Amino acid sequence: MKGLPPVLITAIVLVLGFALCAVQFPNIASTRVVGNLLTDNAFLGIVATGMTFVIISGGIDLSVGSVIGFTTVFVALAIERWGVPPLVAFVAILVLSAGFGAAMGAVIHVFDLPPFIVTLAGMFLARGASFLLSTESVPITAPIYSTVSDFALRLPGGGRLTAIAIIMLAIVIGGALLLTLTRFGANVYALGGNRVAANLMGVAVGRMTVRIYMLSSLLAGIAGIVFSFYTSAGYSLSAVGVELDTIAAVVIGGTLLTGGQGSVIGTFLGVLIQGLIQTYINFDGTLSSWWTKIATGVLLFAFIALQQALVALARRPVAKSAGAAS
Amino acid sequence: MENSPAPSLLEARGISKSFGAVRALQEVDFTLRAGEIHALLGENGAGKSTLIKAITGVFPRDAGVIRISGEEVAPRSAKAALQAGIATVYQEVNLLPNLSVAQNLFLDRQPMRLGIVREAEMRRRAKALLGGFGLDIDVSAPLGSYSVAVQHVTAIARAVDLSARVLILDEPTASLDRHEVEILFDIMRQLAGRGIGIVFVSHFLDQVYEISDCITVLRNGRLVGQRETASLPRLELIRMMLGRELAETTSVRAATGEHQAREVCASFEGYGKAGYVAPFNLELRHGEVVGLAGLLGSGRTETARLVFGAERADRGQAKVEGEPVRLLSPRDGVRHGFGYCPEERKTDGIVAELTVRENIVLALQAKRGLHRPLSRREQDEIASRYVKMLDIRPPDPERPVGLLSGGNQQKVLLARWLATSPRLLVLDEPTRGIDVGAHAEIIRLIRELCDDGLALLVISSELDEIVTYSDRVVVLRDRAHVDELTGEAIDISNILAAIAADSAVVAHEGRA
Repeated sequence: MKGLPPVLITAIVLVLGFALCAVQFPNIASTRVVGNLLTDNAFLGIVATGMTFVIISGGIDLSVGSVIGFTTVFVALAIERWGVPPLVAFVAILVLSAGFGAAMGAVIHVFDLPPFIVTLAGMFLARGASFLLSTESVPITAPIYSTVSDFALRLPGGGRLTAIAIIMLAIVIGGALLLTLTRFGANVYALGGNRVAANLMGVAVGRMTVRIYMLSSLLAGIAGIVFSFYTSAGYSLSAVGVELDTIAAVVIGGTLLTGGQGSVIGTFLGVLIQGLIQTYINFDGTLSSWWTKIATGVLLFAFIALQQALVALARRPVAKSAGAAS
Repeated sequence: MENSPAPSLLEARGISKSFGAVRALQEVDFTLRAGEIHALLGENGAGKSTLIKAITGVFPRDAGVIRISGEEVAPRSAKAALQAGIATVYQEVNLLPNLSVAQNLFLDRQPMRLGIVREAEMRRRAKALLGGFGLDIDVSAPLGSYSVAVQHVTAIARAVDLSARVLILDEPTASLDRHEVEILFDIMRQLAGRGIGIVFVSHFLDQVYEISDCITVLRNGRLVGQRETASLPRLELIRMMLGRELAETTSVRAATGEHQAREVCASFEGYGKAGYVAPFNLELRHGEVVGLAGLLGSGRTETARLVFGAERADRGQAKVEGEPVRLLSPRDGVRHGFGYCPEERKTDGIVAELTVRENIVLALQAKRGLHRPLSRREQDEIASRYVKMLDIRPPDPERPVGLLSGGNQQKVLLARWLATSPRLLVLDEPTRGIDVGAHAEIIRLIRELCDDGLALLVISSELDEIVTYSDRVVVLRDRAHVDELTGEAIDISNILAAIAADSAVVAHEGRA
């Protein structure tokens, strides 16, 4: 029940949008296009899942784009220059990014600082560090990259469900389960509802804050690895501004920017809507790709207005009565 | 209630707490027995919430011991207090409106299997738990979609389920209707029957008499007394809450000059707002102080806010100097020459970071509008004039107001309104929280301003104070004006009688 109406609206927007696109370009309604859409937005879906947890808990994480950038550079250098086996490099960067997120969470909690400022600092730090490693694009030629790129499940109709799309879907499903079925998930909502009350009710607020930002950065690290598979390179300027696309996807997905309400599934739909706009513009061919940004902006406005309306509605005098029985 | 020494469940001895120079609690004792409903009473600033917060460890106490069933405890946080068996439910329910009722009841202790919350089991338990309180609701709906009463019951249910033995209810009935209060009281009796001790903080005396076994009264941070409810007459209770002994104070009243031929400054006929204050008639004359007396929540501040325009009346007619006016906002009040010093100086009055000068010119500047700024020289002149006139100390107009003492902050507020040369000044608890010396000075100022022809409407919980400076006293009870005393009739016992008079059995014998 909780958070369903906004998600429903997101779903309706997606289906309507898809139908409209399909009317104009019948080719869009094919598993090939849908498969590509999932592949192209795999890294976005992964970071957005983490961002959903952060925003529901009442925070924000601006560092994710930079963490993705840093990850691609680190992985490329480790594999190509330092001769580290790819899997070891992956584990190392995941530990590193999780630690980075945990540190931001700890700073936010211990010094009682606004997440906006702390993660903004984290954004500059991670981006700066990736420039420190290398300022140029480093191509990755390791065999595992071509193996992974070649792997795909054949879909009926000629589409391909690539490895990175599968990773993204698994993370979205895992994230949705974590948020809805576990005590951790309930505590995330509790934190976004009212920090003080959550603390009074026994939620370990500090530990939760650290874990939530750790999760976000860890997923940003995974998104970075996926991004490096997608581009077969590491570049310190990659994923600039992705944190904003991510926040847009989360909000379009019906998550309340002030926290307390939202869902991973909604976020996933938000990612698909952004991907759909991109796809439409590619199909059209005459439109500048900047129209993606404009369409996203318009949608974002619409959804924020909608949320405000829903919040205002919820604040109206309570309809349900005490409902006491004998 | 027999007087047999039932075992004391919660025992607090010699609790003291100071905030800076203000002694909020001095050597207060409090004893709660198992199965008892114990009302904790006192006016604003008496120290009720300070005592509760000292007991539950929300802030550290300076001195005193707390025992539960004879064992000393020293909770450092609300969480620790809960573990010690003390649960508090505040007026503003501290639960999570965005989570379901069931999640609220079982947050952080949900039934689990393999790391997954057993949603169905949790709902079943929540349903059973609330059923015990006579509440049959959909526990999977968000808590915020239910009424405050349901939220209160949920908070109580959670606390009791966490094996609380002491339940503190801070103004639980303030936002409930009659029917909901009944439900709550049933639950309280039921819990008391199970041996849980309940502390009930309220300013609704009818409810206190209806539900409580025992009453503890605080006043100015001190314990006035602890009595059995059944053997405490209402008049006596109000006397404990408001006044000192009658004999001490009746003669203090200063001679205030004749006041027949004064012009009416502002008048209000049938003025009121539904659900806020019942319609009242009020005439305020130049050179006259009208005191508003009544218990906390009786409608004193509400009356002041209506008069000033901070709250919109929905009936009645206001006139200023005989001309009908509409008071829709504080701006209207200021435009007609009204000034209002609110009770909460710190939050509603002064701007602590700004200097004395900036605070003083604030209202005048607002009245003139943004387009006609006061020059720095004018500001300096105004500030230094009032600093001298009201004897604000230290006499430094450039000092941030937050660094001044309470009495001097009050004077700055007064200066702010005086600078607008008002015809009517409304003062809400002007002597609250300031020391004795400054106290006398504020009272002297009130008389002086009045002699200069200003009309004053003053709210105070200090009856001896009201009696000292008022030419007329309006008495309020249950959000209605119930009596008006003038001249010789103004004394503490008459005011108390008017406040205590409930229903038909009115004790007006003191009146001339």
